Amino acid sequence: MKRKTNLSATFALLPTWLVAVVVFIGTMAWSINLSFTNSTIFPSSTYVGFAQYAKLFSSAKWLASLQNVLIFGVLYVGGCLLLGFLLAAALDRKIRFESAFRTIFLYPYAMSFVVTGLIWQWMLNPTLGIQASVRSLGWESFVLDWVVNRDLAIYALVLAGVWQGAGLVMVIALAGMRGIEAEQWKAARIDGIPVWRIYVSIILPQLGPALAAAGMLLAMGVIKTYDIVVAMTNGGPGNATEVPAKFIMDNLFGRQNLGLATAGATVLVLGVIMIVAPFRYAMHMHSKARGAR
Amino acid sequence: MKNMMKLFLAGVAFAGFLTTAQAEDKPTIEMLSSWTSGGEAAAINVIKTEFEKRGGVWKDSSIAGFGAADAAFQNRVVAGDPPGAKQGVIGLAAADFVSQGLFNSIDDVAKAGKWADVLPKSILDLISYDGQTYLVPTGAHGESWVFYSKEAFAKAGIAEEPKTWDEFFAGLDKLKAAGLVPVAWGGQPWQQSKVFNMVLLSQVGIDGFLKIYVDKDKSEASVEGVKKTLAILHKLHGYIDDGAAGRNWNDATAMLITAKAGVQFMGDWAKGEFTVAGKEAGKDYGCMIVPESPGMVYIADSFYFPKTGNAETDKAQKLLAEVVMDPAVQVEFSLKKGSVPARSDVDKSKLDACAQKGVELMSAGAIVPDQAIVLTPQQVGALDDFVDEYWNSGSDDTAAAAENFFAIFE
Repeated sequence: MKRKTNLSATFALLPTWLVAVVVFIGTMAWSINLSFTNSTIFPSSTYVGFAQYAKLFSSAKWLASLQNVLIFGVLYVGGCLLLGFLLAAALDRKIRFESAFRTIFLYPYAMSFVVTGLIWQWMLNPTLGIQASVRSLGWESFVLDWVVNRDLAIYALVLAGVWQGAGLVMVIALAGMRGIEAEQWKAARIDGIPVWRIYVSIILPQLGPALAAAGMLLAMGVIKTYDIVVAMTNGGPGNATEVPAKFIMDNLFGRQNLGLATAGATVLVLGVIMIVAPFRYAMHMHSKARGAR
Repeated sequence: MKNMMKLFLAGVAFAGFLTTAQAEDKPTIEMLSSWTSGGEAAAINVIKTEFEKRGGVWKDSSIAGFGAADAAFQNRVVAGDPPGAKQGVIGLAAADFVSQGLFNSIDDVAKAGKWADVLPKSILDLISYDGQTYLVPTGAHGESWVFYSKEAFAKAGIAEEPKTWDEFFAGLDKLKAAGLVPVAWGGQPWQQSKVFNMVLLSQVGIDGFLKIYVDKDKSEASVEGVKKTLAILHKLHGYIDDGAAGRNWNDATAMLITAKAGVQFMGDWAKGEFTVAGKEAGKDYGCMIVPESPGMVYIADSFYFPKTGNAETDKAQKLLAEVVMDPAVQVEFSLKKGSVPARSDVDKSKLDACAQKGVELMSAGAIVPDQAIVLTPQQVGALDDFVDEYWNSGSDDTAAAAENFFAIFE
């Protein structure tokens, strides 16, 4: 009897397994395989060893894209967590119109990155946006040209990204704060601890898991950053905001260079594994240690 | 299991019914193009109107930006669901598709229409692969143009078209002094590469240009020419405005139409925008070939006809090829698009002052092909990267940059 249930359960799971193996692992293996060929627009079976990888890492554009995604990733995740936490703490003070503010702060997250990107592009464009309006009011020397400035364009992306992502962190953090018992507040008040200190030393440590989850969600978005860049700067000026996902897409389609694109994708996957694997391992060890206790 | 089988058979029968139902319909073509700006849309509409007049059904799948359209097209080809027709440039860009057997030949239409007698040989060669004609040319574009706003020139006190680069830069200084944006710059890589090419042609001449791009020649003379070109580009960088980065070409043209800017380097499709805005060539705006240039860079557009496995679509493709090559359509299309008709036997009297100049250069053979015709897409991408990086770096180390230029052919 037991055996039969197992069999039908296995049978029921078969489609899921098939999807997992064929769609995820199969296509991944296929991509990695292609990265060792000289494929251009269509897959070829002429193997060229690591030539595509050598080409990839001699490309200034690819190297710039790695650096950019690192800068963007750190500042975007960090900025969202910080701003999101501050917003949550502000809303947690039982202010009036709390739900209205909550909606306003979360609203950007409901928007597509393309919309966010376009809005910020227009606002930061020196001939159309904020700079032009302020100058027309009389402040002639006012400068706000992040989007077209080679050194600052990447920070313009961060600004737009944080504006969009902070709301998500706020909601998660706020939910965590509401879960904290009122007793703790009372106790802290009696001890005469200032409010900011309560948030930093008492609330924040308890929000650890919630913030880690929010950070993980944002970090996954960083790897596939593409739409906001295309909408806002299209990788420019020069290489200033080029990102790996865009590099791969450009080579996959516009430049008909399947080999180079799949090499880039493989490097990206390796990068993700390198970051995620130690994290997973630590989690695993952590839960094991807990189990032993 | 039996039920499943029945369902399956019913499905097959239903699908069969659908295809027969479709077969009785008119020849339908799905057109995937990137022609979406005002002038471009008006031009493709000429073809659409004539196609529908001859009994065809037109389904529009336009996507703005030819890179985006290319990506969508490639995706659909790989997925086995190509559109009936795709707009694209002639030459190497289509070669891979043809050699993989993904496109339909329209050789019988070409033979029946005697295309060999009415098309310039250079264009005929670039739409044929292994002796078979695959593409139908819609028109040719000159890409060595400097457009200028007559109003802006009058404001700055420039009386004559500058003939040399020295005079040109003197003119830009006057525009700047008059408080105008001297150069309406479109800061996208493909636009910048086109400016690089037109300046390069003015520095190395027709033979020198072909030597560099076709023979990949790296002699002293070629390197010198590239260095001089880069020096001119560096100088031009001082005459653009803050909003240039990432600007669309038609937005740059709008700056000329409103007389906010003086000149724009662009292909002659920019005329389409002037026309839509009700501006007239020679009266409201002027056009000149880049200073010191002995000829012009050209590119020609065409339609590709992917194999769809549908006999009706094949018929529609042939009808479309006939429509595009119709002499009246060729002229009307070129007037709207700002191009030069691909057919050489059409009535040229209707063309505007700028197109007349272009026709002259073309019939004199003073033309060189655009990079998209003679380079692979990978090399075109590398050229875009090179020019974009040099332009934005603000460096004037032309010797080092010239080294990088010749690396794009590797």
